[in-house]
Amino acid sequence: MPEHGGVPIELRGVTKRFPGAGAPAVDRLDLLIPAGEIVVLLGPSGCGKTTTMRMVNRLEEPTSGDILIDGQNSRDINPNQLRRHIGYVIQQAGLFPHMTVARNVAQVPKLLGWDSRRIAGRVDELLDLVGMDPGLFRDRYPRALSGGQQQRVGVARALAADPPVLLMDEPFGALDPITRERLQDELLRLQEELAKTIVFVTHDVDEALKIGDRIAMMQRGSRIVQYAAPAEILTDPADDYVEQYLGGESSMKLLRLTKVGDIRLDRVPHAAEDADTERLLAEIEAGGDQYALIVDEARHPLRWVTVDDLAGRTGPVGDLGDPVGDTILGRMTLQDALESLLNADTDVVPVVGRRRVYSGVISLSTVQQAIQDIKARERERRRRRHDGPRG
Amino acid sequence: MTVTTEAMPEPGVGRAAGMLVPPLCYLAVAAVMVGYTQVAPLDSIEQRSLTLGFLAQRTLEHIQLVAVSTVLVLLVALPLGILLTRRAMRWATPGVLALVNLGQATPAVGLIVLLAVIFQIGFWTAIVALVAYSLLPTLRNTMVGLEQVDPALVDAGRGIGMSATGVLRHVELPMAAPIILSGVRTTLVLNVGTASIAAFIGSGGLGDLITTGVSTQRTLILVTGCVLIAVLALLIDWLGGVAERLLAPKGLS
Repeated sequence: MPEHGGVPIELRGVTKRFPGAGAPAVDRLDLLIPAGEIVVLLGPSGCGKTTTMRMVNRLEEPTSGDILIDGQNSRDINPNQLRRHIGYVIQQAGLFPHMTVARNVAQVPKLLGWDSRRIAGRVDELLDLVGMDPGLFRDRYPRALSGGQQQRVGVARALAADPPVLLMDEPFGALDPITRERLQDELLRLQEELAKTIVFVTHDVDEALKIGDRIAMMQRGSRIVQYAAPAEILTDPADDYVEQYLGGESSMKLLRLTKVGDIRLDRVPHAAEDADTERLLAEIEAGGDQYALIVDEARHPLRWVTVDDLAGRTGPVGDLGDPVGDTILGRMTLQDALESLLNADTDVVPVVGRRRVYSGVISLSTVQQAIQDIKARERERRRRRHDGPRG
Repeated sequence: MTVTTEAMPEPGVGRAAGMLVPPLCYLAVAAVMVGYTQVAPLDSIEQRSLTLGFLAQRTLEHIQLVAVSTVLVLLVALPLGILLTRRAMRWATPGVLALVNLGQATPAVGLIVLLAVIFQIGFWTAIVALVAYSLLPTLRNTMVGLEQVDPALVDAGRGIGMSATGVLRHVELPMAAPIILSGVRTTLVLNVGTASIAAFIGSGGLGDLITTGVSTQRTLILVTGCVLIAVLALLIDWLGGVAERLLAPKGLS
């Protein structure tokens, strides 16, 4: 079944007053959530971020203002119908304990009146998608699952009818740090495939920076203090409140935010084992380097060869040089790469991309340069934006 | 991760047989009691009250009283309990509970005699008294059962697009089922005991043996009545236990 991408959501002057409360929980909020992006509502408890999210699927009715989903006013749609087309994931998954995993996932398709064969097929497909073996888990009850597994099922249930929009209310808040990290990674992997519009509520800065395409920093009354990409929020917090909430260490956070594959890597000469020694030596010296990397036919890094290894030899390189110890993966964060670099035997470590193919080398100075580049880029963008409207 | 095997072992032959031991014991006690009354030397008063036909008829009446009153309790308590736990009706809860409490707090004998004075002697008057007296456990448990359902589950149900009745049917009631069922079981057992009092207003049942035994000073009749009521209560309690186990949704405990 083809998965459908997301649709835009627009909040126009949305206000929510709870009876008996003085100040409104959400006060004239305008927010545009672009299709296919993960927008994180970030803020302290009680700032109204959950209320804001719950108004999108009308679990709370806005006191005034409009919410447009793919251009259609949510007030014009029957709330039950509306919710069947908006995935909903809550903390601790909210699975129905008296239903098997399969029945939990099947709830929305059942509400939509799918026939049972289509539902069964879809359930298995979804369990596969969230990394759970259908044969093993289909007939289990939620009680027999770990917290992480329950939340996977929760995500599968939300995706069951292939909704364009997903609302996630602190979905990973109750999980241990390792499981949380893993589920965040998998959400990002899923999102690459599905491109849903995701509204993600959290109070965890690191989670927001990692998950969000954009972050809406909120203050009491759902006032948006800053609405920007994570890198921009980090390098240019709008005010003291944002800066304080981020909690400093912005460079360290940038490290966590940036993938090795996304920065400019260093290059060294590389060659296959059957390359000619003299030509390789000439190439190394021409580039002013001291060493080169030997790779196999599939371009997996094999060995380092230095100028000294090659000097005075002829014929193919063969098995000269020392084996490459560690490699760093392109999808690692710079923080993880830094950790590997600090523990590596060599100053320079090869980076491999998909299928472990060589894609460059990295050293401590590469990382430093990358962070400076990001900051410079953000500064430049800011300058252009401030100048832009006038020019 | 804890790999607990979810599927309970199928109740095998041994298990099922084990479950049948208590009711067989109860029946054996009843059989011995009734058997003794058939072989023991009896005077004419005892003979009249202790024929097999008479005992069977009184037992049947007793079961009728219990069955009809329990069904009525279910018909009243379940909808009432559901209504009183809906948000719009919460205000009515204290009043209704006070009224129902009153029904249970009144001494059963007083209640039944009072009702007989107000209405008339007979089966339905006894039923009304029984319902008033045994409504509370089922109603209370229905309300408690529904109230203790995790609000997050109700929210999840609404959030994925279930209607309010859908959530009630597919989430709230199944989750509350174990507690509701145990309330029903209490009601049943209460009814077996209280139905004995129906004899005071001529509604029959095994209580008749007790009143006869007392008024004619025939201990054997009195004891037979007591034993049969006790056995009936135990049997029905056992049935309630079986029902609880069969009807409660899997995956909860």
